[in-house]
Amino acid sequence: MGMTLTEKILAKHSGRDRVSPGDNVWVDVDVLMTHDVCGPPAIGIFHKQFGENAKVWDKNKLVIIPDHYIFTNDKYANRNVDVLRAFAAEQDLPYFYDVGTDSYKGVCHVALPEEGFTRPGEVLFGTDSHTCTAGAFGQFATGIGNTDAAFIMGTGKLWVKVPETMRFVFEGTSLPPYLMAKDIILQIIGDIGVDGATYRTMEFAGEGIKALTMEDRMTLTNMAIEAGGKNGVVEPDEVTEAYVKARTDHPYEKVYSDPDAKYHSIHHYNLEDMVPMVAKPHSPDNKATVEEVEGGYLDRAYIGSCTGGKLSDFRAAAEIIRGNKVKLDTYIVPATTEIARALETETIFGTPLIDIFREAGCKIGNASCAACLGGPSDTFGRLNNEEVCISSTNRNYPGRMGSKQSQVYLASPYTVAASAVTGVITDPRVFIQETVI
Amino acid sequence: MSKNSAPIKGRAFVLGKNIDTDQIIPAAHLVYSLEDPEERKLYGKYALSGVPSAESGLPEGNIPLTKDGETESQFKIIVASDNFGCGSSREHAPACLEIAGIEAIVSPTYARIFYRNSVDGGFLIPFESFEDLSKEVKTGDELEIDQVNHTLKNVTQDKLYNIKPLGSVADIVHAGGIFEYARQNGMVPAK
Ligand code: SF4
Repeated sequence: MGMTLTEKILAKHSGRDRVSPGDNVWVDVDVLMTHDVCGPPAIGIFHKQFGENAKVWDKNKLVIIPDHYIFTNDKYANRNVDVLRAFAAEQDLPYFYDVGTDSYKGVCHVALPEEGFTRPGEVLFGTDSHTCTAGAFGQFATGIGNTDAAFIMGTGKLWVKVPETMRFVFEGTSLPPYLMAKDIILQIIGDIGVDGATYRTMEFAGEGIKALTMEDRMTLTNMAIEAGGKNGVVEPDEVTEAYVKARTDHPYEKVYSDPDAKYHSIHHYNLEDMVPMVAKPHSPDNKATVEEVEGGYLDRAYIGSCTGGKLSDFRAAAEIIRGNKVKLDTYIVPATTEIARALETETIFGTPLIDIFREAGCKIGNASCAACLGGPSDTFGRLNNEEVCISSTNRNYPGRMGSKQSQVYLASPYTVAASAVTGVITDPRVFIQETVI
Repeated sequence: MSKNSAPIKGRAFVLGKNIDTDQIIPAAHLVYSLEDPEERKLYGKYALSGVPSAESGLPEGNIPLTKDGETESQFKIIVASDNFGCGSSREHAPACLEIAGIEAIVSPTYARIFYRNSVDGGFLIPFESFEDLSKEVKTGDELEIDQVNHTLKNVTQDKLYNIKPLGSVADIVHAGGIFEYARQNGMVPAK
């Protein structure tokens, strides 16, 4: 019997011919990523366990990307970045993207691909649950805690229980003009629930997936964790290769699922039948079509994060916002500095995206996680009171974006932008139809 | 955490389903050092502070895990409904519960990373129950977990439930975490 893509990668990295779901295997790690929230405690454990003078297993495989609490006066948060800085110096780490320098990147899951660390067939761990984003590149990528990260820092290995794979097959040759990858993943999470893929792999496949850009695919795998998934994965193809080769000359080996691989379950969707979706407060699986909640009350709109703060997300939002004034407090937070720069150079009918947002009255923040996870009280865009926000981020549990009293609707950048322009929850088809005609 | 198979006894703190890591330890508090003995106590103080008050300490609600001004809880065992610990990968979540004095959790299902962090970090033991006991146990009930016979006794209500054996992670749990386990197996040199 054949193996899935995930099983093959785990077999190869544990020195076996084959593995089956449920096997516990020790795998060799290709890349370990950490950031400012979980890096310092992981470093503390590393030193405690391996000694004050211990060196990491391979300094070329450890990537440190501060991104969470960057533009804040919180003394503890700033101290944490100092801890990373000292560790990078002590270990002579080539891949530390320090705050306040030209190398500063922003949100780790978008920075990793930009810097060429996401490669087909590899194993990547990160001290952040959305590390599963990198599975879009046909690799095994998942989030771990500080202890596990410290263990990898010292040994280059970690135990993994081989997951069963759920396959999501998409028919259709392209995304309908009003639909975004975010709508697809909200639909799936709504269908299977926030624990619908717990311990399992979510494999996204079919003609419909081949039609997606790398950024679209990243939106899908990014939110695998919101269904409890261990990892999300898309088979590599020309789109993947074009992206990866433009960013790194590091060799890699592409891996594909066998046609006779065994799946936990197979789920079919047709892109043409899908419609704009939201997740209502307070859970990512609390699904509704935008139509069902249209006209709903809002105070704020937020476009940012590793899920919805990529260049294509801003391009989508700008298509709708262009020529309008926003009726809500609208926050624009590019995931990375590369995206922030692109907002100045990318244009729609000759106008840079950044000008479209400024002229519409949006507030523009610096590349980082910002209010996606609330953060210290002075964080840009944080919901400090009872605000109702529509957001292109990934979680809306109570208090996720700040106050426990706030409420968050998750939606695609199209839907967030359409709502920002009208002031209430709005189906983007109202605007997209116009543009198409 | 108890590193042997001795019974775990203490009062229950009951929660609903999908208790995510932002409710366990709100992100604004992730900045404190886990190393510094004084600063680390703040995690005990804020453990479960993100749970909406009405759902904190069921069935009555409005019961904080740790009393105002304290860093350790009077409760020892959390009983929760499905998907405990979903959300982020922050190890501060099981760590803050341990710092607050929690030794075990009993829930039908866990989110994967929380489960793994609890075990690999040796913070507390995540036991899986067959049924959702959050509807039966009341916050404050005296509980007793028998790790040999895999049962949970509600002393207050005089009821006995079976819970699942730990399975493949038992060795790591009883070693006290991934480092201790790896040392016992020669994967990491002895200290
Ligand atoms: S943008 Fe949000 S979800 Fe992504 S890494 Fe940052 S806090 Fe996590």
